[in-house]
Amino acid sequence: MPHSIVNLGYFTMSLNSSEAVMYNDTVVRQFSIMAVIWGVVGMLVGVIIAAQLYIPELNLGLPWTSFGRLRPLHTNAVIFAFGGSALFATSYYVVQRTCQTRLFGGPLASFTFWGWQLVIVAAAISLPLGYTQGKEYAELEWPIDILIALVWIAYAIVFFGTIGKRKVKHIYVANWFFGAFIIAVALLHIVNSAAIPAEFMKSYSAYAGVQDAMVQWWYGHNAVGFFLTAGFLGMMYYFVPKQAERPVYSYRLSIVHFWALIFTYMWAGPHHLHYTALPDWTQSLGMVFSLILLAPSWGGMINGIMTLSGAWHKLRDDPILRFLIVSLSFYGMSTFEGPMMAIKTVNALSHYTDWTVGHVHSGALGWVGLVSMGSLYYMIPRLFGQKQMYSVKAIELHFWMATIGIVLYIAAMWIAGVMQGLMWRGVNPDGTLTYTFVESVKATYPFYALRLLGGLLYLGGMIVMLWNVLKTASVGKSVDVPVPPVAAHA
Amino acid sequence: MDILFLLIPLSVVLVLAILAGLWWAIHNDQFDDLEKEGERILHDD
Repeated sequence: MPHSIVNLGYFTMSLNSSEAVMYNDTVVRQFSIMAVIWGVVGMLVGVIIAAQLYIPELNLGLPWTSFGRLRPLHTNAVIFAFGGSALFATSYYVVQRTCQTRLFGGPLASFTFWGWQLVIVAAAISLPLGYTQGKEYAELEWPIDILIALVWIAYAIVFFGTIGKRKVKHIYVANWFFGAFIIAVALLHIVNSAAIPAEFMKSYSAYAGVQDAMVQWWYGHNAVGFFLTAGFLGMMYYFVPKQAERPVYSYRLSIVHFWALIFTYMWAGPHHLHYTALPDWTQSLGMVFSLILLAPSWGGMINGIMTLSGAWHKLRDDPILRFLIVSLSFYGMSTFEGPMMAIKTVNALSHYTDWTVGHVHSGALGWVGLVSMGSLYYMIPRLFGQKQMYSVKAIELHFWMATIGIVLYIAAMWIAGVMQGLMWRGVNPDGTLTYTFVESVKATYPFYALRLLGGLLYLGGMIVMLWNVLKTASVGKSVDVPVPPVAAHA
Repeated sequence: MDILFLLIPLSVVLVLAILAGLWWAIHNDQFDDLEKEGERILHDD
């Protein structure tokens, strides 16, 4: 009897160590947990600066806590720390499952995790200290930029290496979106961050004046297109079908969606520079490309939502699916609003107002936030050997807090923005301005309070998620999943 | 607007690269049986 136990033990061990290949889920777990933690941090900073706009004394009279320094900290934390960690986690999870192979590059995946966390910590220290290149969404100084480039190249090697050793001939559409996101972000980051270092933590852009503005918004809008859209569409095309347990509505349309989107994206940037020193024809070019983008965006949005066609009842009792589908409706809304705001006559009203802030947040809180949360709620129980999250009721609560928060936020900013635009252009019969600028600030006050309330709700939901995730992780344990034998899937 | 001498050629190069990617995908049977590929991910774990 003892003899057979020894044999059994040996057999199990050899099966695990040499025959069965495991997915690398350690790095997925690390990025998933950090996505939730950075989400809470980034949204908290957002709530603080929203409160500062309502109660300016909350600047505390200190340079490190002033709005001008905390605002880039907020944007960097939510986009690159929360969004970035969610993208790393989901892309590593999806590429392994759809290619039926372990991540390529061994310790390189772990390097991307620790490197990316180091970038985030460096940002969290240097931005409040006032180190900045002054480029929106590309504020970080040159030593951090170099680290970002190194991590990103490692990410590309891991991701494309995994695609290269795939056991499934077909490359699933989500991987095309993730792949385009990785390549485009590398290119955008390297071109836009080109700078001449003057000393440690101080540099000057390689471009000057309007040239610099053009490169900045070529980067800025393509960051929206590839970081905040293509990457998250990769998530959508995997996690919506998985959670709905149905294939995507039209796989054919998803292929058209991908190629149409990446062929037409690159030239939308000039719409950020309407009525500036940028040549008029370049502005018009930006407007036309922005309008064209409506078609592929809505194709993808309809494709995602229609995946539930014939199974709408699932929305009634599956809060995770609700996160994913509502995120798609916000994607549809903001990709309609964006092209409309890129039209020069509309932009004359909306630009520099809080309408833009509302638009960004309908995309960020609604699309990017909700699709990430839905995907994390799908992955996290599986990563910790659980059937579902610790509390499904808490997911439900999170969903409603987030959704009501977004609606309050964007409705407040729509009203504030249109009001500001109309007040700024109001002219008396004698040609003088009807309102002083400060009158428009005063009129915006109640809407800043409403926005703060919306932000608090959204942050509250995220804290509920953090609690739920930590509970799930502590009840369960990290499990390594073997790559299934390919023959069964050929 | 000298910067356009950088950004526009860069876009042309990108479009060519994207075309090459599309060409590769078509000629490597990536789009041969799309219905089956949409279903496959449902059975991957």
